[in-house]
Amino acid sequence: MALVRLRFLLTSWRITFASLSRSTFFIVSAVVQPVIFATIAFYMAAPAEGEQLVRVGLGAALIGAWSATVIGSGSLLHWERWQRTLELLVTAPVHIVYVIVPMTLATASLGLYSLTATLAWGAIAFDMPLEAEHPLLFVVAVLATIVSLGLLGVLLASTFILSRHATILASFLSYPVWLLTGLLVPLALLPTWVEPIGWALAPTWGLRAMQDAVVGGNPWPEIVACGVLGVAYLLLGSVFADLFLRLARRRATLSLA
Amino acid sequence: MTALRVFVFGGAFAYRALFNWIHPAMFIPALIGLPLFQIVFFVYLGRSNGKEPDSFFIVGNAVQSCAMASVYGSVMVIANDRLFGTLPFVVTSPANRFALFFGRAAPLVVNGLLISVFGFLAGRLLFDYSPVSSALPELLLVLVIVVASCTAFGLVIGTAGLRAREPILVAGLTYSLMLLLCGVNVPVDQLPPGLEAVGRILPLTHGIAAARELATGADLGDVSGSILAEVAIGGVYAAVAFVLFRVVEARARRDGTLEAI
Repeated sequence: MALVRLRFLLTSWRITFASLSRSTFFIVSAVVQPVIFATIAFYMAAPAEGEQLVRVGLGAALIGAWSATVIGSGSLLHWERWQRTLELLVTAPVHIVYVIVPMTLATASLGLYSLTATLAWGAIAFDMPLEAEHPLLFVVAVLATIVSLGLLGVLLASTFILSRHATILASFLSYPVWLLTGLLVPLALLPTWVEPIGWALAPTWGLRAMQDAVVGGNPWPEIVACGVLGVAYLLLGSVFADLFLRLARRRATLSLA
Repeated sequence: MTALRVFVFGGAFAYRALFNWIHPAMFIPALIGLPLFQIVFFVYLGRSNGKEPDSFFIVGNAVQSCAMASVYGSVMVIANDRLFGTLPFVVTSPANRFALFFGRAAPLVVNGLLISVFGFLAGRLLFDYSPVSSALPELLLVLVIVVASCTAFGLVIGTAGLRAREPILVAGLTYSLMLLLCGVNVPVDQLPPGLEAVGRILPLTHGIAAARELATGADLGDVSGSILAEVAIGGVYAAVAFVLFRVVEARARRDGTLEAI
């Protein structure tokens, strides 16, 4: 049974990822937008070099990954609603989380495009060094970040079940999360109450893990933090999905929201 | 008189029907919250680099945030006609085309102006920054010109969007590119020559430069060159948008592609 479910998750992730990879909207959001923000950040940081450039590049890459996740979480269920397939998914004989997880993991996986595009652009246009002290750990850090972002997407998507304006609500979350997670702005510059909020958000730890892997630090604590947060998001997402679905069924507003 | 009615009421109806963020629960986060957080984000990003003062980012982003209504809004009120299947009714109506087209832009100018003013207010409340008080009337004039110019630019994109598959994507890209190219967060003269040249023919660039100078106490005469450049750029985009609209309309009738996506 577990194997069947794993196969379902993998197949669903693969199909959604392939489908998103052919979507101009998602590809531009995941590749071009972070490159634009990276360019702004590189110019604002000029004449930065070395490690500082890498920090800007990684932060901008995660901006793209976060945007893909949050837009995907908001829009995929909304898209199902538009296509009149949300009811079919909800009444399928599996828990709704099995439907949402591969979707949000696939949107978060678009972050790999963001990372590649931003780092390549940084290296080509701004002489950003492309070396990591621990290349393998860097890969692990990237994967942990993407998976935890995808699971954060589950939490978001489950709360968006009730709203027909989920896409707009999702786009509203861009700048605040960029700030709260210190992607481009050091948290030390922000008011002290901001930092604890950032601790609850996976990109904070993902960025630190990637930075540590690049500069030769120990990224394992941050990787573990990503894992723990990912599990917490998944559990909360399941609870919220149940709760909001029950509400939508009771009010008969699933397709109307 | 009919043309005026089409301009005022047609524009208002199109705004309510096609700019579908009209619900207050969405309007506030999208048109007020987003610019607010944009200003906060870039002020802090600017502080982390320490090259420009807060005022540089507050004025730049407050002025640029009008594009949220004028670029996105223009694209939505023009291109959504096709998406919602109402374009054939618009095209076959005997209404004055000038009133029909620019009537749709008028509410967006007001909307964009409110957003920019809110941006300055946010700068005052959050970062204790305010422009020189004697410059406020001139600053308001510049904002009106910039918003109108930006809306004209948005109409070009919106009209081109009648033939494109994902106009809202183009609007989003344009909005982000404006952050880079129009001197909002990076001085235009620090960009490579090619990007600087593009920035100088976009709306906003000259308006932001004028607003920054006025905010520090310059006279209207000191920034007349920038203001005239912004007016000229806006005028050119408005003319291009209108001609393009007529061309797209004529082609759609001829090729039977009015609703083709």
